[in-house]
Amino acid sequence: MNLIKKQSSVGMGLLGLILLSSALFIPYENKTLWLSVSFLLMTLGGLVYFQAVYGNTLAGVKNDGVWFNALSSRGVSGWLLGMGLTAFYIAIYWYPEVLGFNSEGKSSGLVSLFDPLSYALNGKAATQWFLYGTLYTFAIVLFGIKFIWKYRSNRYQLFRTLSVVFFQLCFAFLIPELLAKLNPDTPYFAKDLKNMWPLNYYFLDEWHLTNLITGGNLGLFFLFFGLAMIFVVSPILTYFYGKRWYCSWVCGCGGLAETAGDPFRQLSSKKISVWKLERWMIHAVLVFVSVTTIAALWSFLSQNPEMSWISRESFIGGVVLFIIILMAVLFFWDRNGLEKDAKYTLISLGSILVLSISIQAFSQQNNILFLNSYSFQKWYGFGIGAAFSGVLGVGFYPFLGSRVWCRFGCPMAAILGLQQRLFSRFRISTNGGQCISCGNCSAYCEMGIDVRAYAQRGENIVRSSCVGCGICSAVCPRGVLKLENDKLENRINRTVYPLGNAMEVKS
Amino acid sequence: MGNEFTNKAIVILGNGISGITAARHLRKNTTHSITVISEENPFFFSRTALMYVFMGHLKFEHTQPYENDFWEKNKIDLIQKRVLRLDAQNKVLVLDDETSLAYDFLVLACGSKPNQLNCPGATLKAVQGFYHKKDLDRLEAWSESMETATVVGGGLIGIELVEMLHSRGKKVHFLVRESSFWNTVLPAEESELINRHIRAHGIDLQLNTKLRSLEGDSDGRVSKIHTSKNQTLPSQWVGLAVGVSPNIDFLKGSGLNLGKGILVNRYLETSQADIFAIGDCAEQQDPLPDRQSIEAVWYTGRIMGETLAQTLAGKKTAYHPGPWFNSAKFFDIEYQTYGKVSPTPDPKKEIQLYWQHPKKNKTLRFSFDPEKRNFSGVIGLGIRLRHEYFNQWLSKETSLDEVIKNLEQSFFDPEFSTHYAMEIQSLWELKKSTLSLNF
Repeated sequence: MNLIKKQSSVGMGLLGLILLSSALFIPYENKTLWLSVSFLLMTLGGLVYFQAVYGNTLAGVKNDGVWFNALSSRGVSGWLLGMGLTAFYIAIYWYPEVLGFNSEGKSSGLVSLFDPLSYALNGKAATQWFLYGTLYTFAIVLFGIKFIWKYRSNRYQLFRTLSVVFFQLCFAFLIPELLAKLNPDTPYFAKDLKNMWPLNYYFLDEWHLTNLITGGNLGLFFLFFGLAMIFVVSPILTYFYGKRWYCSWVCGCGGLAETAGDPFRQLSSKKISVWKLERWMIHAVLVFVSVTTIAALWSFLSQNPEMSWISRESFIGGVVLFIIILMAVLFFWDRNGLEKDAKYTLISLGSILVLSISIQAFSQQNNILFLNSYSFQKWYGFGIGAAFSGVLGVGFYPFLGSRVWCRFGCPMAAILGLQQRLFSRFRISTNGGQCISCGNCSAYCEMGIDVRAYAQRGENIVRSSCVGCGICSAVCPRGVLKLENDKLENRINRTVYPLGNAMEVKS
Repeated sequence: MGNEFTNKAIVILGNGISGITAARHLRKNTTHSITVISEENPFFFSRTALMYVFMGHLKFEHTQPYENDFWEKNKIDLIQKRVLRLDAQNKVLVLDDETSLAYDFLVLACGSKPNQLNCPGATLKAVQGFYHKKDLDRLEAWSESMETATVVGGGLIGIELVEMLHSRGKKVHFLVRESSFWNTVLPAEESELINRHIRAHGIDLQLNTKLRSLEGDSDGRVSKIHTSKNQTLPSQWVGLAVGVSPNIDFLKGSGLNLGKGILVNRYLETSQADIFAIGDCAEQQDPLPDRQSIEAVWYTGRIMGETLAQTLAGKKTAYHPGPWFNSAKFFDIEYQTYGKVSPTPDPKKEIQLYWQHPKKNKTLRFSFDPEKRNFSGVIGLGIRLRHEYFNQWLSKETSLDEVIKNLEQSFFDPEFSTHYAMEIQSLWELKKSTLSLNF
């Protein structure tokens, strides 16, 4: 009975998806009808399926059969889904015309199927990005419901998921679209308040800055809010709550990973060698995005002195001073037993420093470090912004897990992570000697942290990559892990013996 | 021993939590040559996690806490062979390929084996215990062709087996000898709550019931069972979870003093010089106060491993575990305990304060002595408790008043969980007023 329900609901959802995809080939007359029908089918199929899976079970996290299911263990259906998603991302980024997008005139095909919704929200015809945003938000809301159902015994998961769904639905989707409708004449700039630099890598690019500054009050508001987010709001929140306030409560990439990506979280690699790779990657991306942005600002200041408050020379001077102060502070913190992590960070900051000075010394008007001034931005946009965050980041969910982008490629996660490791009240506490080394925590860590390695030693987990999703704590069968904010002292408690042994007391 | 300049050959028999903990701490503190022998699996794995492999939560490799090259990097030699016998006279272990292995110090950490039943039909195919990795492989092999299974024995392994089979869609009969689940450890209310929870999952829990006999089909595989209540149940697989005993048969005749397990003193020394025993297989000649002589628990195994490594590294150290603690999970309900809480307390020695959530599966029970009202133990169901705090309260005399007052911070549930410190505090006030009436 339940099996029939599961199969028919999956069928219903797939039918909706097929109907939607058929717009690639069939020009539907009544777009509102077909768009609604396909979304309705997908929603209903999803809800009935979730009910069949979770509706008849008692509350409690169950990962029964995760490694028997082809979808969640790199089986045939996993590969099919991964290839389908990858193809979709390649189309969105590089071949939008396949989806029916026409940059010259009226779009057709799948893109135009979204016209009714697009007109209603932002007053314009749909683009491939509107189509993408709608599907993305839909996935987060639908699979958010599944996630809450699955983890309903855990109130941290409930609140976290409500938050991440809210921020996607309102801040990333509805508000920007409506703002665009209300301000039809202002030049384009990003209107997602939470999507700050450097996740939004073009925030400080020349064209974007120009649009912000010429975008009236709204543009200036977004400029100042964006700057405040980077330099004030984000460091303060990260100090108090760790990077989770962003990565698993607010961020859209995190939102998709936590909801639609949940069935794939166990596919992340926990190998020590991959952790090493992660450290190198994340720092390299950080240097890349910083230098790209500094170069972009430098060229903006060179070309638009009338729009600027400072000269390009004093800008580079300011950057150099800022980095030197940061390095000095870090050097001081280095003494707190964080040698290796701090060293990586110091090397990264040093590289940014040297490259910034080089920009100043070796660059002319349209030429930064002997390269065309736009090539930095272009390559970053192609390599990191599209190929990494989209294709690898989401397309490869069923191969590499749901947080590949966040772990190896996201510059935002890198910055917040450095702060979390060096200066934050957040940690995952372990519960004395209660760990039985079963490995559920490590297996279900989407960031590939070997949580058990710490838990079985009774050591707290303070890792820069931890996004604070709380699933390690949720799947622990022995109540060993707890996400907490507390005083900085002793947050890294390197004990030799987990609690339970009193021999030291006696000797 | 104690001369850190001479390197000794330390051989550890068994790569479970006890043996591996000893090996790791020895490596940290000494340059001795360390060899670990196990027939079961080339690498250390978490025995307690085998259930999750069957349920599809984990792959077997996830149960191995260290990467495979960890052992070579740390110069811990691993040998996957069976030990046939111990020749203590010549300080040699004889292995199943007739080679032998000499030692300067021998650590026996050979664990347990599941107990067998003597009823008719107990040797049929598809009747097994659940302890070794091989047992998991066996169960997996039978699983496909079974619709109905029976689990005998109402302990921790029993309920785990029931949960495992249930997760794979099997109909499960659960035969428990006692009048309520695990009531030799759990007080009546907690035990009854678990009974209900087991049944809520659709399990056929039969209390006060023993397995009388088993019947096989033409292939010699079990097909039905008869219970002490004269019931006949179809069952294509039977799991025996009627306890474990030390795995010491191969040591008979070795000259070691054996009881139920390998007899050791407080320093984990056996009756033979340079031979030690830790973990499930060790039996304390002179048990610690309020503790069992054999404690087949993950945590005590680990603590013995830590302790013995100190001794072998030259700092002679007695086995001295802190206050008792344990944990388990019964389907969806987590269980944690610290200190001593009797299932049927003697009111002259122990009084209890019991709180139960009106609807949810959450309980807390504190025990204390009637005289000074000092806290002596806690059991929690569905509520996570901080080891650090309870360990501290149990290590030095702490009044229950003090414990109840600081309850809020001792909860370890995820953030935003509802805490019930207020309810428990008012319950305690009420209890105190009735206590003063009675004394």
